Amino acid sequence: MAERESFVVVGQSVRKVDGVGLVKGKPKFVADVDLSDVLYVKILGSPHAHARIVRIDSSAAAQIPGVIAILTYENTPSTRHTTAGQGYPEPSPYDARMFDTKVRFVGDRVAAVAAETEEAAEEALRAIRVTYEELPAVLSIDEARAEGAPVIHDEGDSTGIYEAARNIVADVDIDVGDVERGFVESDVVVETTCETQYAQHTPIETHVVHSYLDSDDRLVLRTSTQVPFHVRRIVAQTLGIPIQRIRVIKPRVGGGFGTKQEVLLEDIAGWVTLRTGRAAFLSLSRAEEFVAARTRHPMRVRVKLGANKDGVLHAIEMEATSNTGAYGAHGLTVLANTGSKTLPLYNKAKNAHFYGQAVYTNLPVPGAYRGYGATQGYFPLETAMDELSERLGLDPIELRRRNHIRVGETSPIFEKLGEGREGVSQTVKSCELERCIAVGAERIGWREKRGARRREGPWVHGVGMSIMMQGSGIPQIDMAAATIKMNEDGSFNLLVGATDIGTGSDTILAQIAAEVLGVPASRMIVTSSDTDLTPFDVGAYASSTTYVSGMAVQRAAEGVRGQILSVAAPMLKASVESLRLVGEHAVGPAGARVSLAEVCRRAMYSSDQFQIAATASCVPSESPPPFLANFAEVAVDVETGRVKVVHYVAAVDCGVAINPLMAEGQMEGAIVNGIGYALSEEMLFSSTGRVRNPSLFDYKIPGALDVPNLDVILVGSYEPTGPMGAKSVGEIGINGPIPTIANAIYDAVGIRLRRTPFTPERVLEALVCERRPKGER
Amino acid sequence: MTSLELTINGARRVVDANPGDTLLEVLRRAGHVGVKKGCGSGDCGACTVLLDGRAVNACLVLAAKAEKRAILTIEGLANGDALHPIQEAFLDEGAVQCGYCTPGMVLSAYDLLSRNPTPSEGEIREAISGNLCRCTGYVKQIRAVQTAAERMRSGRNG
Repeated sequence: MAERESFVVVGQSVRKVDGVGLVKGKPKFVADVDLSDVLYVKILGSPHAHARIVRIDSSAAAQIPGVIAILTYENTPSTRHTTAGQGYPEPSPYDARMFDTKVRFVGDRVAAVAAETEEAAEEALRAIRVTYEELPAVLSIDEARAEGAPVIHDEGDSTGIYEAARNIVADVDIDVGDVERGFVESDVVVETTCETQYAQHTPIETHVVHSYLDSDDRLVLRTSTQVPFHVRRIVAQTLGIPIQRIRVIKPRVGGGFGTKQEVLLEDIAGWVTLRTGRAAFLSLSRAEEFVAARTRHPMRVRVKLGANKDGVLHAIEMEATSNTGAYGAHGLTVLANTGSKTLPLYNKAKNAHFYGQAVYTNLPVPGAYRGYGATQGYFPLETAMDELSERLGLDPIELRRRNHIRVGETSPIFEKLGEGREGVSQTVKSCELERCIAVGAERIGWREKRGARRREGPWVHGVGMSIMMQGSGIPQIDMAAATIKMNEDGSFNLLVGATDIGTGSDTILAQIAAEVLGVPASRMIVTSSDTDLTPFDVGAYASSTTYVSGMAVQRAAEGVRGQILSVAAPMLKASVESLRLVGEHAVGPAGARVSLAEVCRRAMYSSDQFQIAATASCVPSESPPPFLANFAEVAVDVETGRVKVVHYVAAVDCGVAINPLMAEGQMEGAIVNGIGYALSEEMLFSSTGRVRNPSLFDYKIPGALDVPNLDVILVGSYEPTGPMGAKSVGEIGINGPIPTIANAIYDAVGIRLRRTPFTPERVLEALVCERRPKGER
Repeated sequence: MTSLELTINGARRVVDANPGDTLLEVLRRAGHVGVKKGCGSGDCGACTVLLDGRAVNACLVLAAKAEKRAILTIEGLANGDALHPIQEAFLDEGAVQCGYCTPGMVLSAYDLLSRNPTPSEGEIREAISGNLCRCTGYVKQIRAVQTAAERMRSGRNG
C-alpha cells in the first residue's frame, strides 16, 4: 500500500458524496416519502413507573372510525429479546417483550394503535382502558440495591440477567496484580467518587420507521437506524418470521449518537404491516423521544489512585455502579467499557482492579451513547489525576506524561477486560499523545494561565486539562464487508453495509477505495446499508467504521485493482507488476497508458469477459486507540455560580485523517455535546419517576451562542494496522469536557465538582461551602 | 378540509388544509419535505422557512396565516443546478453532517445575509441560535456563513 506521503485522495477534505442533495433539501430521510396511504401508528405509554397490567379494554378504541389495529400483549408475539442492536449473541439480557404484562418505567409500552390518520390513532389511545396493579417503584441506584427492594424483572422467562432477584443486570470484576498491597506500598493515595446524570442524545430527527410489503410480500423496513443488519435479525427473532422475508433500508439518518443502535419501533411497524398488509409509519414525537428512546447510563464511579513520590502510578482501582433503567440494553458492555477504555491509558500502574455492577431501576432506559461508558469513567479518573498532581506537587501535565501508555507498550487490561467478556491483548502501535499534550498546552496558554486566577469583575478564570483514549471497533467481534464492482465508464459501485448516520462514512469509504483505484472519490457510487443489496456490516457503533469498514473497503479495492491490472497488462503488453493505477488510467513502465473505461469495456465486451468486482471482509485483530489531550479555559462567576467555557482545545491523534474536515467535525460535534453534558443537560424526574423536562426548551442542549472558541488540532500519526494509517475518531471527543471543565473550575475557584451537570446552583453551593470556615462545614 | 392558496418558492399552489394545520404540515404534505420536523414546538428550528423574507418556525405558523405571503423553502434556494453561495459554502466548509438541520440553518443564514451582508461572528451566532444542530458543534456552520458572506460580497460562488 502507498505510504501516507503519496496519498492523493486520502487526506483531502473532499465534499460529502451526499452533500448536494442534503443542502438542497432533497427527500433523503425516512419521513420524506409520500405518506398518503400509510397507517399512522401511535404507542400508548405507561403512566406508572412499575405496575402489572391487569386488563386492557380496547373495545371502545376499536370502534373509533379509522382505527385498523390495536396491539397489546394479548395479540402480539411474546418472545423475549433485547432491543440492543449488538452482534449475535448479544451481550445484553433478553428481558424485553413487544408488549409485556408488566410496565417498568413511565412511558413503557402498553399498547399501540394503527389508524388511517394520526388524529384517529391518538383518539384511540385515549380510549384504551387499562387496569393497573401498581407496584412500589425503584427510582435510584441505592433503592435498587437496598435489601428487600422490589424486583423489577420477576417474570422468570428472561435470560442473561446476572441476578434478577437483586435487580443486578451485570457484574464485572477483574484484577491485575494486587491492588490492596499496591495502595499500601504507594507513597500517596487519592480517592474520588463522581456521579453522572441521565442525559439524552437528542438527534434532531427522532426515531422513525416506514414499513410496507413489496410486490413479493416481503416486509420492507425503511428506518432511521445505526444497525440495519441487527434490525433485520432482531425483528425476525421478535416477530417470528424468517430473516429472508425482511429487507431493511437505511436512508439518510438525522443523527444517532448511539440512540439508534437500538430496535425501538421496527417490530411494531413491521407487525402492523404484516397483520394488515398496509404500509405503516411510526415516528416518535420529541416528548416521546425523551421518555421512551434511550439515554446515557447514569453512573456512580469511585477511583482510587496510588503513586510513588516520583509521580509514577503504582495502583489504580475503579468501582462503577451503573443505572441501566428498566431494561438491560447495553448494561454489561457499557459498564465494562467504563474500565476497559480508561484504565489501559495509565499502564504504569502494576496493580489494578475494576469492579462494577449495573442495576435495574424503574426509570427510562439507557443504551449506547457516544463514549459508551468511557465518558462516565474519565470524569473520576481525570479528576483523581488532578488531585494526585496537587498532592505530589507536580504539574498535571507532567503527571500524565509520566504515566500514559506509549508506542510499543501494552496494558494487561486490554486482555482482561473486553466487550462484556475477556478482551484482546494488543500493543500500541501509534500514539502521539505526547505531542497532543504539547500542542494543546501551547495553544491554551497553559504556562501563563495555570494558577493565575485572572479576575474580570465576578468572573474568575482557570485552566484545566485531561487526557484520554478510546478504541477503534470491537476486536475479533465486529465484522464489516464491502463490495466494489466496476462500470464501463470507469466508475465504480461501492456497496457497504457500513451505516452513514451523518458521520460522513460513505464519503471516507469512497476516498479509501478511490485511493487504491487511482480515481477521484467522485467516481465511486456509494450504496450503503440496504440488507438486500449491500454486504454485512455490524453498523455504526464502537468507533468502528473508519477502522473496520475502512479496511474491508481497502481490501475489496485491492481485489478490484488486481483484476484491473490483469486485464490491462495484455493491453499494455506489460507485466502486471510493472503497472500502476493513476489518474483513472493503468500506466505502464514506459508511460504507456490505457483508461479504466477501456479496461472495463474489454472485460465486459471483448475477450475473456468477466465482471470486475470483489468483496472483502474485515474482522480486526485489535482495536488501536485514538488519543486525545483536552485543555479548557473557563470563567466562573463567583456571584451566580455560572460557568463559561472561554476556550477549548482538543488535540487528537486519530492516525491519518482520511478527510480532515470531517474528522474535525466529528471532534467538534462530540466536544460540544460533551459541554452540554457537563454544564446544562439533565433529565429531571418527578417523585413518581416521570420525566419532568421532555422538550428541547426544558432540556438545554448547546446552541450556536453557547459554543466556546473551539480549536480541534489533528495531530497526525500512522496506524500500521489501519486502512491508510487511520484510526477511528467518532466517540473520543465527548469524554473530554466533563473532567477538563471540572479541573479548570478547580484551578479558577478551588472547588471540586463531583456531580454533573455543573449548573450554577451546584457551583454556587460548592462555592458557599468552600468559603465557610472549616469548622462550620 | 379547506383550500389554501399559497405562494411557495414563487409558484402559486392550491393546497388542502384543515383549519388547525401548521405551515410545516401543509408544506411537507405538498412535497416540500426539505422542511424538517424536529420538535413541533419551535425549539429546534429544523422547520425554518422564510415568510415574506423573514425566517420563521413553520411549526408555529398556522398555514392559513401564510396565505398571500411569499414562502421560501430550501427547495427554492438553488437556481436549478447552481447552488446558492450559502449552500456551496456549507459543503466547502464541512458544515453538513447528517443534514437534518441544514435546510433550516441555511435559511436562517439567508435571512441574516439578506439584511446584513457583513455580519460579525456574534451576529452569525445570534442568527442561527434558534437552529439546533447535534452533529457539528456549530464551528463549521459559523465559518460557512462567514465564507458565504465573503463570496456574496465579492460576487463569487465556490
